[in-house]
Parts: sequence; C-alpha cells; structure tokens
Amino acid sequence: MRIVILGAGQVGSTVAESLVTEANDITVVDLNFDRLKNLQDRLDLRTIRGNAAHPAVLESAGARDADMILAVTQSDETNLVACKLAATMFNIPTKMARIRSADYLSHPEIFSPQNFAVDFPICPEQVLTDYIDKLLEFPEALQVLEFAAGRVSLVAVRAFQGGPLVGHPVSHLRTHMPQIDARVAAIFRGDSPILPEGDTIIEAGDEVFFIAAAENIRNVLHELRRMDKPVKRVMIGGGGNIGRRLAKQIEHRYDAKLIEFNKAHAERIAAELDRTLVLAGDVTDEELLENENVGDMDVYCALTNDDENNIMSSLLAKRMGARKVIALINRSSYVNLVQAGQIDIAISPAQATIGTLLARVRRGDCVAVHSLRRGAAEALELVAHGDRKSSKVVGHRIEELDLPKGATIGAIVRRRERAGRGLDAQASFDYDVIMAHHDVVIEPEDHVIVFVVNKRIVSKVEKLFQVSIGFF
Amino acid sequence: MMPHWLLALSPVLGIIAMAMSATHALPIFVAHIYDDGQEPRFVISMLLNFGAGAFLWLATRRYKRELALREGALLVVIVWTAGALFASVPLLLSLPELSFTDAYFEAVSGLTATGASVLSEIDRLPPSINVWRAELQWLGGMGVIVLVVAILPMLGVGGRQVSKAEIPGPMKEESLTPRITQTAKGLWFIYAALTVACMVGYHLAGMDWLDAVIHGFTTISLGGLSSHDASLGQFDSPAIELVAIVFMLLGALNFATHFLAWYRRSLSVYARDPEAYWFAAVMTLSIAGISLLLWWKGPFDDFWTALRYGAFYVVSIGTTTGYANADYELWPVFVPLWVLFLGTFLSCSGSTGGGIKMLRAIILYKQVYRELKRLVHPNAAIPLKVGQHVVSNHVVFAVLAFFFIWTAVMVSATLLLAATGSDAVNAFSVIVGCLNNIGAGLPGIDIEPLTDFQTWVCTFVMLLGRLELFVMLVVFTPAFWRK
Repeated sequence: MRIVILGAGQVGSTVAESLVTEANDITVVDLNFDRLKNLQDRLDLRTIRGNAAHPAVLESAGARDADMILAVTQSDETNLVACKLAATMFNIPTKMARIRSADYLSHPEIFSPQNFAVDFPICPEQVLTDYIDKLLEFPEALQVLEFAAGRVSLVAVRAFQGGPLVGHPVSHLRTHMPQIDARVAAIFRGDSPILPEGDTIIEAGDEVFFIAAAENIRNVLHELRRMDKPVKRVMIGGGGNIGRRLAKQIEHRYDAKLIEFNKAHAERIAAELDRTLVLAGDVTDEELLENENVGDMDVYCALTNDDENNIMSSLLAKRMGARKVIALINRSSYVNLVQAGQIDIAISPAQATIGTLLARVRRGDCVAVHSLRRGAAEALELVAHGDRKSSKVVGHRIEELDLPKGATIGAIVRRRERAGRGLDAQASFDYDVIMAHHDVVIEPEDHVIVFVVNKRIVSKVEKLFQVSIGFF
Repeated sequence: MMPHWLLALSPVLGIIAMAMSATHALPIFVAHIYDDGQEPRFVISMLLNFGAGAFLWLATRRYKRELALREGALLVVIVWTAGALFASVPLLLSLPELSFTDAYFEAVSGLTATGASVLSEIDRLPPSINVWRAELQWLGGMGVIVLVVAILPMLGVGGRQVSKAEIPGPMKEESLTPRITQTAKGLWFIYAALTVACMVGYHLAGMDWLDAVIHGFTTISLGGLSSHDASLGQFDSPAIELVAIVFMLLGALNFATHFLAWYRRSLSVYARDPEAYWFAAVMTLSIAGISLLLWWKGPFDDFWTALRYGAFYVVSIGTTTGYANADYELWPVFVPLWVLFLGTFLSCSGSTGGGIKMLRAIILYKQVYRELKRLVHPNAAIPLKVGQHVVSNHVVFAVLAFFFIWTAVMVSATLLLAATGSDAVNAFSVIVGCLNNIGAGLPGIDIEPLTDFQTWVCTFVMLLGRLELFVMLVVFTPAFWRK
C-alpha cells in the first residue's frame, strides 16, 4: 500500500516504523527537518518537509496515487484540513485523522464525506487513558485489552504462588469454574512463548494471557493469584495530556492526586478538574511524595513526558510503599530494563496506541490490533467474510483451519438477531461470546479473535482471512 | 467654584428628579379615588420635584457629557440621599407632627427597601401615603437592580464585579444583551412583570386592590412595608401568606437568572446557578428545622400550623423582607436569632435583598475551606470555584475586604447606639435590621424610642448597606476628591 503519514512526532514515527516493516510505501510529511532526517536515516521511507495542510505539499508527497492518508500531526485543525484536501483534490480512499479535542469528537457529523471527510477519527491519548483506566479497574492485571466493543477481554496476568490454578494444568480451569467459559491463549515463561495444551502446567511467575467475557475477568484473575483490595487511592505524576485526561476520567471513582511541575499549569488543571487534589511540585521530590502519603497509594502512575523522570519517580514511589506503580516509558530499551523489576507495569505509549491505527491499515477486515509484550506478540480481531467457497475460514471447524504455528484462536463473537425487533438497528442484535473449542464452526460475519505470539506470522493470518477474488 | 466634573452630574440629577416627579402620579390617583385629602400635597411635592429637576437641568445642561467612573459613584450616592430628601416631602406635608429626621429616615427606609418605620398606627394613615411609602420601596428595588447590574461593574467594585467574572451562567453568556441599557430594560421588565403577577396573586388570594398594590410593591422589592400595624398577620390567610412566600423567594433570586430563564424559556437555568442552589438548600433546611422546632418546643400543637408560621417567618426575614404574621416574642429565642443570621447573607447577588449576599457567603466559606486544605497540603493548587467558574484571588480579596467593612460597620454602629443610650440587644438588633435592609430586628424591639442622633446613624447605616458599602464609602476617601 502507498501511505502518506502527516506528522513525524511520536505517533507518526511509531506508525511509520511499524508500517515500513509490513512492506508498505511510506511518505512522511513534517515541518521539522531534524525529525524527518532521523526517520530517513533509520527507515526505508520518503520524507517531505512542509505544511501538511497545503495542497502543494500533499501533491509532492504523492497524494495523487496514495491508498491511504494518516493525518497525525499535533494540530487537530491541520489534520482536518488535510483530510478534506485528500478527499477533494486527490480522492484518497482511506483517510484517518488524529483528533484530540473532545469538542470535535462530540460532533461526529463534521467527519462525514461532505464535511471534513475523515473516515476514522482517532485519539491516541484517549486510547492510552482507557488503557490505564482498565489497569486501575483490575490492579492485578498487566494488560487488559478489549475486543468486540468491550464484550471480550484479553487479560495478561502474572501467576503467583497462592492462586488456586498455579501448579496445575490449564485444563483445571474448566473443573474449577464450570459455569465460566474462559480460555488461556498463551503463556510466556521467561521470554519464550508456550502455546498451552490442556496438560500444560501453570507455574508461579508465568505471564498468562487469557480470554474471557468482560464480566468474568475478576473470577479468572482469582484463579491465578491472590486478589488485592480494589483500588481506592491513585496518585498521578505529571499533568500533561495523559495525566490530565486520566484524572478527569477517574476522579469520580477514585481518590485522585495529581502532581504537576509547572505551577501555572497546575492551577489551570486544578480549575479544570472537580475533585482531584492538584499539587505543584516535582514528581521526583521525595519530600513532596512523603508529605502526600505516596506510601498509602494503591496505584502510582508516572505519566510525565520524560522517561527518566517517570522511572525515577515510580521507583521512589515503590520504595516508599506505593502498592503498585505504573510508568509511561517511550524508549523500548528502557522498558526492557525495568519491566518485572521494581516497576510493576511499564507502558510504551506508542505500542499501546498504535493498534487502533494499524487495524485500519491491515488487509482483510481487521477491527482491532493490540500489541502485546512490547510489540513482540499481537492480538487481532478479524471479521470472517464470504462463504465456504470463497473463504478459507467460514464454514470450517476451528481444528480444520490452516493456522500458522504460533497463532491460536481465542474466541469468537457472533451477532445474533434479537427476538423482538427494536427501532434502533444496533439494539436489535445480541452478541454471543463463544470460546474457541476445536469443534466450533465459524460463520460469516463472525468476529474472530486471534492471538499471535510472533509478529512475523501476522501477515499469514491476515491472508487466511482474506476473501478470494470470486467473492466480489 | 464647583469643579467641572461635579457640574457634569447636575443635568443627570435634573433628569432623575423630573422622572421622579412622574412617580407621584400613582399616589395622586389613589388620593383622588379615596378622597383622603392628600391630593394637593402630592401635587405640591410633584411640582417641587419637577421644578428643581428642570432648574438643574436647564442651568447646567451645557456641562453634560459622558460620566467618568468616580462621577458614577458620586451620582449613585447623591441619587439615593437627595432622592430620599424629595421623597420625604409628601410625608412632611401630610403628617405635620413628623420631625424632619423621622421623615427622612422613613424615606430612606423606603428607598433602601428596608421597611423599618418610625410611624405608628399605620392603619390610620391616608391610603395615598401608604401607597407612596410602598412605591418608594419598589423604586428602590428597581434602583438596586440597575445599580448592581449597570453601575457597579463600571466602578469595578462590589457585587456585580464578582458576578461579572465568576458567576453563574447568566452574566457570562451571550444572551444577556451586549449593552447595559438593554440589559437594564430586560431586568426591569422582569421586575415589573413579577410585581404585577404578585399584585394579581394577592388580589386573587383575597386582598382588596389597594392592599394588593401596596403589598405587591413591597414583596418583590423585599422591602416588607405593610399598610397594617399587624403586617400580613392582619389578613390571617394561608393563601395570602403563600403568595407572599412565593414572590419573596422570587425576589431574592438573581434577576439576571430570571431574565435568562425567561429569555430561554427554560427552568434549567436556575439549576445551573450555584447561588440559587445554595439559596434553595439553606432555605429548605431552615424551614424544615425551624418548623420542627416550633412544633416540638414552641407554641404550635400540630406540625402544619408550625410549618405555615415557620416557613413564612424564615422566608420573610431570610430574604430581608420583614413581614410579620404572628407574635414572635412567644417563640423560642433561637428561632429569631437564626433567621436574623440568615437575613445577613441569604439573598442572592443581583436580587433586591440586602445583606452580604449568597455569592459572597459562598466565596467566604470556600476561602476558609481552602486555607484549611492548604495547611494539610502545602503544595496543592486549590482553585476557588463557584459553579464551574474559578474565582480569582483579586475577587476573593475584595470579598474579604467587603466582609471586614461590613463587620466593622455593624460593630461600630452598634457601639455608637450603645454609647448614646440604647441597651446592647436593642442596639444590635436595630443595626442588623438596618445594615442588611431587613427592617425587622429581633421581635419586640422597635425603632421608635431612638433619639434623633441614633436615627441619623440608622439612616446612614441603611444607605451603606443598600449601596454595597464600597460605593458609599469611596466617596468619603481623600483619594476620591483628589484631582
């Protein structure tokens, strides 16, 4: 595919990096020469310097024969204009814009083809905020991913001595909880993946990925480790884009405190928030953390823009007694340094947010893509189209599928018409979550959740789900 | 030689005096209908008013120009003091035994919508005089609304300054018109409409038209003057009391909020006004508490009677109106003390009520809370928010200063009365009643036995309270008169 990416900031360059490895032709546009040079040096792509909202710049970036445009600059307005131009002048089929302002997002009609012509507005900050929010809801989990609009979740959790299932084979899950349908999708022991069979024994220290309907997550977590008390007190270090959003989102559910370095900024944030206690100070100031009882916090989230600050601050908080610490870390080398050490969860913002973008770029009908374990593995939500003739999936039993080694099907979400028809088209359907046992037959329009332990085989999985030409 | 900038005020004052002569039409009409013999006296007063106004205007017309800020402050003070002077003329003419001190007190009490009176045997006053006294309160209420909405913001002091930046939706949103004159017209329309509705309500509840008009004037303006010695107790009618309660409550809300609700045809405006929220909350809790107390400890045997009298008393004093419908001296002493306390702050800013206003009370309360929170969290950034709006420190300081002056005036005026012969409770009660423009103090305590000097103190205190302290006091600062 020929893809034009507007903006070479954190989002833009991560997307570019990820897409280049998937054999796409990428052109990146940005105003900043250094950023472009940096990208050009590392990756095999083309860069254009200029204002992304100018027709001439888009033209020279190859908009005329691009298949897709990703407008991910810092400015909502630039992104909107670029999409409009892409539609009016260049007829680019797929247009995505990064929209940060909730004000724009609350009026979806402005994205219609007659207006700004944005096919998919995306807000990486919101994705990241939801990601952290989920971790506060399930403090035992390392990662909680949602599929099929929240009906199914994939949860990563470290097994601990004391969980009823630890030391027992995976198949015991069924005997322990006969009424709950859950499935262990993969286990990582050390750094190597194990594709679980029924007799695989779960050991303490294993990172277990399981799939379950959203309402059953807590029960399954309980099998794998001792449960903590639910989260009540949260401290957020850093009042940037993410910190502020998170505080606003959680302040009515938890006792929240937020530390912001810039005093004027802190006052603005305090004015914007209702119940969060906003503190002006340094996130690595031991005295401040001490005074504000970081030791009594259930979760401490270090969310500044600075990796080193986040690491130091969360280490400090952990040493002072915070129950669980989460740090936002951009550099992947750092993530590997600190994960599973003192810092409970290191989140790479790029990996956490890129999924929503990647889902649209992928071939086949891909609804969601989530990076797992810092991008080493992936979970995909794919829609099975066609019929038994045109598709290699539809009409087949799961055990018949020609899945590459390293991929497992976790669950299927099937839409079922409701008995009484509602007025609202959306409301007239129910969704069934079906755990992927070997004899389940895939039907057309099923959403299939596939777990891939090795990113290299992702394209094979996608090919499997593509409908052969005859379908059209 | 008078400085030029003072001369510039005179034509404005002239116009106001001429306009005021027009307000004599109503008492003249009433005097004519009831044939109470006051007609010529009101005509004299009207001509005097008109003549003085016309003279001022004609003599100083050529100095007329746009008024500057401090001239505005002086204008307000002169309008209230000189207005009271003219307003006392009919009283002096028709009640020959009344001294000038008392007549002036009576007129100021009217124009400030206080409602305290040195007159006794009110039932026997000529109807036209009672209408005149009620109309003065109504005009005073209208004046206050303009003062708060139009003049104070220009001066950069007082209530509206607070409301301008920080308050509810009303003041900030585009729908209150961009021009002050238009805004004032809109607010007057609401004020007049509510008055008419109130009069009709009273008439339907059983008053004759004369009483309905008089009480309509003094209910919306929260003045509390009545044409009967027994006040509303004269009628002993739950229906009339209910009408009074409803319109007193309406008069104590911010008129800008009324305006917005009318403009948008939506009641949700009230829900978004934080002042209205606190007003309703404190009011409801007080009514419930007082009624239960009256039922339990007080003179009433059944709860519904206790609720009727309790609710009326709380609303009447809490909104700084000052009607009475029972003998409050028999009640537990906590009740009058509590409602007097309510009267000092319950009315909303931009209403016709007196006291320090709900908005300032909210800010004071939140400031205290903020200081306490700061002790626990020295690094915290704690904004002071009223509704969704952040109140700047500048405004907080102004409110603190206002509260300080208010307290200082109350203490020093009480001491002044005590030093000149009143007993402590008496002095305190009268000053609280005057400073907050309630009119009534603690039950059983009257204005009448005051000496002339004490009456002048009270007169001054009523004006101070009505003109939101700052406007009156700024005229007495040396800086104001410096070139």
